[in-house]
Amino acid sequence: MRPPSLRILLASLVVGIASPMAWAEYALNLPAPATDIARRIYDLHTLILWICGGIFLVVFIPMFYALWRHRKSVGHEAHRFHEHTLLEWAWTVVPFFILIGMAVPTTAVVISMKDTSAPDMTIKVTGRQWKWEYEYLGADLKFISNLATPQEQLEQQAPKGEHYLLEVDRPLVIPTGKKIRFVITAEDVIHSWWVPAFGVKQDAVPGFVRDAWVKVDQPGTYRGQCAELCGVRHGYMPIVVEAMPPDKYAEWMAAQKTLVAAAQAGAQREYPLPELIAMGERVYMTNCVACHQANGAGIPGAFPALNGSKLVNGPPAGHLDRVFHGKPGTAMQAFGGQLSDMDIAAVVSFERNSWGNKMGDGVQPRDVAALRRTEK
Amino acid sequence: MESTMTAVHHEEHPSGLARWLTTTNHKDIGTLYLWFSFAMFLFAGSLAMLIRAELFQPGLQLLSPAVFNQLTALHGLIMIFGAIMPAFVGFANWQVPLMIGAPDMAFPRLNNWSFWLLPAAATLLIASFFAPGGAMAAGWTMYPPLFIQGGISYDMTILAIHILGLSSIMGAINIVTTILNLRAPGMKLMMMPLFVWTWLITAYLLVAVMPVLASVITMLLTDRHFGTHFFSAAGGGDPVMFQHIFWFFGHPEVYIMILPAFGIISTIIPTFARKKLFGYTSMVYAVASIALLSFIVWAHHMFTTGMPVAGQLFFMYSTMLIAIPTGVKVFNWVATLWRGSISFETPMLFALAVVCLFTIGGFSGLVLALVPVDIQLQDTYYVVAHFHYVLFSGAAMSIMGGVYYWLPKWTGHMYDETLGKWHFWLTAVAFNVTFFPMHFLGLAGMPRRIPDYALQFADFNRIASVGAFVLGLAQLLFLYVVVKCIRGGFAAGERPWDGADTLEWTLTSPPPYHSFTTPPNLSK
Repeated sequence: MRPPSLRILLASLVVGIASPMAWAEYALNLPAPATDIARRIYDLHTLILWICGGIFLVVFIPMFYALWRHRKSVGHEAHRFHEHTLLEWAWTVVPFFILIGMAVPTTAVVISMKDTSAPDMTIKVTGRQWKWEYEYLGADLKFISNLATPQEQLEQQAPKGEHYLLEVDRPLVIPTGKKIRFVITAEDVIHSWWVPAFGVKQDAVPGFVRDAWVKVDQPGTYRGQCAELCGVRHGYMPIVVEAMPPDKYAEWMAAQKTLVAAAQAGAQREYPLPELIAMGERVYMTNCVACHQANGAGIPGAFPALNGSKLVNGPPAGHLDRVFHGKPGTAMQAFGGQLSDMDIAAVVSFERNSWGNKMGDGVQPRDVAALRRTEK
Repeated sequence: MESTMTAVHHEEHPSGLARWLTTTNHKDIGTLYLWFSFAMFLFAGSLAMLIRAELFQPGLQLLSPAVFNQLTALHGLIMIFGAIMPAFVGFANWQVPLMIGAPDMAFPRLNNWSFWLLPAAATLLIASFFAPGGAMAAGWTMYPPLFIQGGISYDMTILAIHILGLSSIMGAINIVTTILNLRAPGMKLMMMPLFVWTWLITAYLLVAVMPVLASVITMLLTDRHFGTHFFSAAGGGDPVMFQHIFWFFGHPEVYIMILPAFGIISTIIPTFARKKLFGYTSMVYAVASIALLSFIVWAHHMFTTGMPVAGQLFFMYSTMLIAIPTGVKVFNWVATLWRGSISFETPMLFALAVVCLFTIGGFSGLVLALVPVDIQLQDTYYVVAHFHYVLFSGAAMSIMGGVYYWLPKWTGHMYDETLGKWHFWLTAVAFNVTFFPMHFLGLAGMPRRIPDYALQFADFNRIASVGAFVLGLAQLLFLYVVVKCIRGGFAAGERPWDGADTLEWTLTSPPPYHSFTTPPNLSK
């Protein structure tokens, strides 16, 4: 048994690097920038990479030369020198100036990134386990954005779609060419709002508000993910931003307001139970399934079962109260602030009449509205 | 007379298990540390194999997201506190007394206790996998509020880290005292082998920062159970304060894991270049500067938490400065090689690979130091690649090189050079196949600590997983080579490496159970 020959290793390395065809499909660099800041970061990274590459050669060409020429096996005798004051000073001082050369352009980018002054509009971003909430400040519009990839795709029961794990039910919509300030916070644990094409990554810290800004050049769909470990479903908290021209954005905003009004009107009427249950299943699959599971069995030791649960099989008011207010100190969130009256009524009705639970009763949207009124 | 009596008494030390439980001998304790760390290296490595198996392709195949998070957290914790740190303490135990001509460590009983705390802590950590809800799953960095949400295993983790910290502090005090008081007559500080210097400085770092870690995890404990709100905004606290305190420990911790590695490399390279270490004085100053700078760079781990511009700039500049002393070390190693008479035994192969690969890790560190670039790369696979280049190809591969270098001294036998070279090449190639693609994954936008990923990340993940399996298996070969060497082999003689000139090579191989009972006199 001989050690692998150096020649074979080198040959495979050369073949690997010299076949750009093989590399074309691999993403090797930062994604295409969509904002001025992201472009400057991209260029900065390229610059630093070239400098590091240059230093690497300056250091390692002499080293490999020595390893080749100053081998004992070719009879090279060791010299005796072991210091050289001038040389040692040179390789302390020269890197210092190279670092200053790197620091100057970088400092300019840092200052621009942090300049969130004079925005055209502000959007509040709230991280929650495990979804993002977007609130258009001053426009009275607020919604939650959930992972849209179906559970079957995660569990190999269905082929994975093109945007597997990077798709949401309601993307954030923003206008192009406007300076948008994001104020970012979290409700439970630390999350991090990150869209690579924007060059924005800002931790969302519960109890504190941080900010960041973007000005997107081109309309398009930009995707990102939560970047800070935030619990079991950390990997399932994508961010999708649709950037559209300002006129289209205005149309979208108007349409949203009509939808909100229609939903409010719809919540006044009485719904038959089967309709509530059908609607509730969709709400459950988006908001509850991660912890309580599709079969309502929860995850023993971590998340309680709803199937056969005393609370679910008790009076509707107690069940509604838990969904509305959550359970402080646990992962059970207060959905009163996140879901509409319609959605809460539907999901409670669904849970009371699913799996082994056969209560035969439900909750109407106006019951939720009544609870909400007592809060104020 | 007293010394004769103790010598006689020590000759009849117990055998079997009692020998290892009660030993106060630095060689025995060094051996215990090294075997313990190797066992932990294999255990935490097998956790990594599970992680890479799950990440082999998109979708969830083997693990639930909850278990995946437990694996990443415990892989990190055990590798750092169970494998890398105890391995270096093992080297310190064996080598510091031998290299300074001391008969043993300054506090032999404390030494025994420092070691035997470790299995207790490891048992707690491993047992926590079987606690209700599974092991701690908040990452090795344990950020609250996520950490506060966890179950009983989180408390077991806190207790384990307290025990590990206690062990480290006692070990560090022992090393400092030994180096400052037990050097052979005539060995001035600036005559000490560089390995001893790096450990002296490392031990001071340990004494300075392990208590900081102990305080911050105690604050986690009281937040969890005793109604304090250090890290909860609802009670007037601040979750980000945890990160400040943690990284005030955490960044020096990085150097605790790399400075002794520098010491090993600075021992191996001159030996196999058959030439004195170039720039000894500047090496010592470089290590000291790195250690001092390590106290003022911590917030570069936190650029995305939302610091003021002034904070970001300060920590960026201070971090960039570290490149200077680190560069000095690399330049000095290259200058040591220059016009030497170089041969390529296994320890030398490891040392040369460390110089190249650690430098790559240093460069990616410089890239990450720049705030705007860090904003893109923080919490991505780029960071995972970076710290594995520093900690695997920096620390772990130095440890492997050091083991091959001193095995002939420790066992009296030469290891199998052919198998050693196979181990080296498999490790070096598989390491790069595993971790180099992670740079690309991070640049392309793959976050770390996720059990499943978008389809565009599939190719590099597959490559990384294949590399990881080879890397893992190659370490079983390492185990085989070491065991084979202990059981027999060509006699090593006093000084198997003709370029080695430190004191341990004046002793027989293996050295007598009690060496340097009469110190060598270097003042002549």
